[in-house]
Order: sequence, then structure tokens, then C-alpha cells
Amino acid sequence: MNPIIEVRQLHNQFGRQVVHHQLDLDVLEGEVLSVVGGSGTGKSVLLRSIVGLNQPKSGKIRILGQMLQQLPSSERSALEQQLGVLFQQGALFSSLTVAENIALPLLEHRGLTRKEAHQVALMKLGLVGLPKDAAQKFPANLSGGMIKRAALARALALDPRILFLDEPTAGLDPISAAEFDQLILTLRNALGLTVFMVTHDLDTIYTISDRVAVISQQRVLVNDHIDLVAANPDPWIQAYFHGPRGRAAQQAQSALLSGAIA
Amino acid sequence: MAQPSLTVSTERSGQLNFVGDWTLEHYHLLKQQLNILVEHQNLISAETEIDLTGLTRLDTVGCQLLIDHIGEDHWQAWLAQPNDRIAEARRQLLLTVMAALKEDGSVATPRQSSLLADSLASIGQKFSELSAHSLQLIAFIGLSLSVLLRVLYQPKRWRITSFFAHLEQTGFNALPIVALLTFLIGAVVAFLGATLLTKFGANIYTVHLVAFSFLREFGPLLAAIIIAGRTASAFTAQIGSMRSHEEIDAIRVLGLNAIELLVIPRLLALLVALPILTFVAMMSGILGGMLVAQATLDISSTMFLSVLQQNVGLHHFWVGMAKAPFFAFIIVMISCLEGFKVSGSAQSVGEHTTASVVQSIFMVIVIDAIFAVVCMEMGW
Repeated sequence: MNPIIEVRQLHNQFGRQVVHHQLDLDVLEGEVLSVVGGSGTGKSVLLRSIVGLNQPKSGKIRILGQMLQQLPSSERSALEQQLGVLFQQGALFSSLTVAENIALPLLEHRGLTRKEAHQVALMKLGLVGLPKDAAQKFPANLSGGMIKRAALARALALDPRILFLDEPTAGLDPISAAEFDQLILTLRNALGLTVFMVTHDLDTIYTISDRVAVISQQRVLVNDHIDLVAANPDPWIQAYFHGPRGRAAQQAQSALLSGAIA
Repeated sequence: MAQPSLTVSTERSGQLNFVGDWTLEHYHLLKQQLNILVEHQNLISAETEIDLTGLTRLDTVGCQLLIDHIGEDHWQAWLAQPNDRIAEARRQLLLTVMAALKEDGSVATPRQSSLLADSLASIGQKFSELSAHSLQLIAFIGLSLSVLLRVLYQPKRWRITSFFAHLEQTGFNALPIVALLTFLIGAVVAFLGATLLTKFGANIYTVHLVAFSFLREFGPLLAAIIIAGRTASAFTAQIGSMRSHEEIDAIRVLGLNAIELLVIPRLLALLVALPILTFVAMMSGILGGMLVAQATLDISSTMFLSVLQQNVGLHHFWVGMAKAPFFAFIIVMISCLEGFKVSGSAQSVGEHTTASVVQSIFMVIVIDAIFAVVCMEMGW
């Protein structure tokens, strides 16, 4: 499969603090890639660099074969419409209702009428499992989990090709988190989405990711199938995947798989 | 990109052929194509065959349109048939979107209302808000004063660092703007006196005009209004954004007192800063007047100062200075209370910051008017 995102020799630095140094990463088309790493290793910075919110000090990033940072603004906008981003705090526009939040890109980029955009927004809400009466609410009146879902609905508004998720299941109860995982899988299978996910949720990593990239020592230490990553001798990776939580998630997943085979 | 199209063949019980990209980019085209179905409802019967093999792309919006126009029941029946006419992924997508559309719970429709009823309701609401707000302000002033009194005789609880930080921000940093603006207004008042009083040959009274107006009114009022615009907004935004990030709640659960931590240092700082700024405003305004008098009226600065000394009583200065602490107090109370009233969103921070500045300036002018009446009656 072709890499849909190619990161080469990325260097990010804030003041004297080097976040990424000679970081290489490939994201393949149609896969769910989980990015893990300790706090402060620059997972979110990597995401922001890829979607063009952070100008890297040096290095090349290609999305769908194009360099986002160097495109003229109209082409850049067209490329950005292929990307959906779910921010950690949701980042819903607080002065708009949930439905208006989702309808905004449809109105701005696709020229739908308000009524049509509203209909589509309601469908997207249903897609992420929000009741229709949430449509008229303002983000300030939603719970944390509902904000995440509404933000996902906005990220999916234009049916993007690549979906970026920053800690999508953080703050969700386990049931909602499991539903969220299923939703991502369904959408990925149906739409051929590529998912780039920064997460700490081991259950999510085991359930839906095709590959796992571990960021450590300012670069991508290993980027491979989860079993191969978990077998890596690096002490941090060992502590991460073979700590009590890692083992529990692994057992749950293998129990699920053996159940499916039997 | 393949153009989407829908063709209907009427052989046997009919067949719908969907071809091309059924995606959001072609939304209007899709709607046009589907209009055939809207116009000819009888085209679809339970036996109508659907052919999706020509579809190149299909997304959620395409699914929604298909489901809306052909009917969910029809799709359910079609998908239930054992068939390999649709890829598993597309099947899943259709089912997912179908489930999404089925999500029950209706959208509340806005209530019908008349203009008269609406305006009456809004007037009533405004008044009840106003009275609730006044009560809140009075309660907040009481609360702050009681905390202040408790803190005052416990030197350990004085927030010295915070006090000086606010003193610098609200006082020292505001000196240039206050001095410059009052200097200009002083010059303007002197020009006004010059044009008016020269007609009566009463040039020299320009000195009185500038001195009286700046000592009694313009000095304290201008300083307070500048501070209301500059500092009240800052206080409200600071406390408001703390409030929207749950920092105020964090202060509370840590067993600390938000008023003691946030309001008292600001209050004490402005109680010190505003009188100083008022003094600067008076001096700077009189200086501006003096320069204009010298330039256009040939009143030398020595003459100006001697008239000031002989004819303008010191008590005018004290009347002006006495207002400053009252202005400072009400500005801090209003701006901090508005900060605490912020709820959640960034928009709320903006609304309350605006309210804080407007109310502060309003109250400063009201208090000034009260002072004017009292001083007149007392002959001060």
C-alpha cells in the first residue's frame, strides 16, 4: 500500500527544547495508525505539524503526495478539506450550536443550503451516536463525552480521507470508548478512511489499530504491527505494553479473538 | 471523478441503476437525479430492483440521500436478501447511516410568538435581571468587605506579591496614557476658555476654568474612566478565563478563598493606584492648560501659578482626591463580580468583559454626580 502521509527528517524545536529530531514516519492508505509515547514526547506536536498548524523547523511532510506548507492557499484549502481533525478538547465553536458547528464546513465549502446542511448535520450526529435533541444545544451545555462525539461529527462533515484523532477516547466511559472504537472501524471500512490517532488507551490500541508508532528519543522508535512493537526490547516499550494495564488489554483482546475463532 | 447518475428502467417491476460518485461533492447533482423518484412515486414498488454495481464512490451523504429517497424499508428488504451485489463495506456503511438516521428524538421547533409579546417579555426579563444583578452586586460588596476586614488584621494572609504585581499593572503601567490624555484635555479646555472668555476681556479666568475643572471633576473622572476601560476589562477577563477553566473551582476545593486570593489584592492595589493616577491627571491637565494659556493668551506660567495659588482653594483638590477611592472600589467590585459570573464559553468571557466596562463607567459617572450634588449642598 502507498503511504498517504510521508514525514521525512522532521525537526521541531521550541526555544532550546528539541521535540523531534530526524523523525521519519509513514502512514499507509486505509490503515489505523496509533501514535503512542510518554507525556511531552511531542505526539500532539507531530499531529499539528502534519495538519499544518505547526511550522516545523526543518523536514518534509507530504500528505496525499502534496506538501501542505508550500501549496498556494486555494490548493492548500482543498487539501485541508480532505483532512478531518478531532482536537483533544473538541474545539467546537462555542458561539454556534452543535448542528451549526457541523453545518459550517458544508455551507462554506460545498454550497449546501441551510436546510440541506442541517439535514446532513443531523445524520452525522446520528452517526456518532448523539440524540437529535443535542443538535440545538450549545457546546457549553454538553458533557465531555458528548463534546467529543459532536467534534467527531464536525471532523467527518466533509467525509475526509484522513482522520486525525487527538486522544479520542480520553474522558469517555469504557462503554462509550468501545462504541467509539467500533464507530471508527466501521467508518474506516466503509469509507476507506485513513486514521492517524494519538492515544494512550491501550484497549483502543489493541482493538482498532493496524499499526503502532512509538515516539521516543525525539524520533519514531518503531512503527509496526502491535505484536512486533510489543516485542521490542526498548525498556519504555516493555513497561508500556507489559505493565499491568498493557497485559490486561492484551488478554482482553486475545480472549476476544479466540472466542471469535471458537 | 465520475459523474453520478441514476437511470430507471421499467422492465418487469423496474430497476434503479446507480452509477458514478455518490458523494458530497456532487450534492446538488445527486438531488437533481433523485428528483425523478420524487416526481414519480409509483416508480418504486416493493419489487423494484436496485443496482449499485456501477457506483464508483459512496459516502455518508450519498447514503443519506439514497435512504431518504428510496425509503428505509426498501433498503432493509434489499439488504436482507442473500446477495453479493454489494460489497460488505458498503453494506456496513448503509446500515450505519440507516441507524444514524433512525436515532429518535425530535428536534424542538421554535415556539410561535408575536412581536408585542416578545418585546414585553424581553423588557420584563431585562428588569428582573437588573434587580437580580443589583442584589448580587450589593451582596458581593458585603462579602468582599467582610473578607477584607478579616484579612486586614492577619498580616500572614496579606498577598504582598500579588498586590504589587497588580499595582504595577493597573497603576504604574497606566501612568503614560493617563498623563497624555489629560494633558490634551487640559489644553482643549484652555482653548475653550480662551475663545469664550476673550470676548468678555476675562482672559485671566481661563486659569480658574482649567484649575477648577481639573481639580474637582476632570482629573478624577478621566482617570477613573481610563482605568474602567483599561483595568476593569483586564480584571474581568482574567477572572473569567480562570472561571471557564475551572480554576476558581480548584481554588475552592483546595480550601482557599477566591475572594481573598483574587479580589482583595486587586482592590487594595487599585485603591492605592487610582488616587495616584488622579493626582497625575490633575497635574498633567493643569500643565496642558498652562501651556495653552502661555501660547495663546500671553498668560505667563508665573502668572498662571500665582493666580492658582491665590484664588483656587486647596479644598477643591481634596474634593477631587476624595472621589478616587470610591471610583476605585466600585470599578474593582463590578469587574471582579462580572468575572465570577462568566460561565464556560469564550463568548461568555467577552460578554461579561463588555458588561464590566459599561457598568464601571456608568457607576463612576453616577457616583460623580452624587458627589457634585452633595458638595454643592454642603458648599464645599
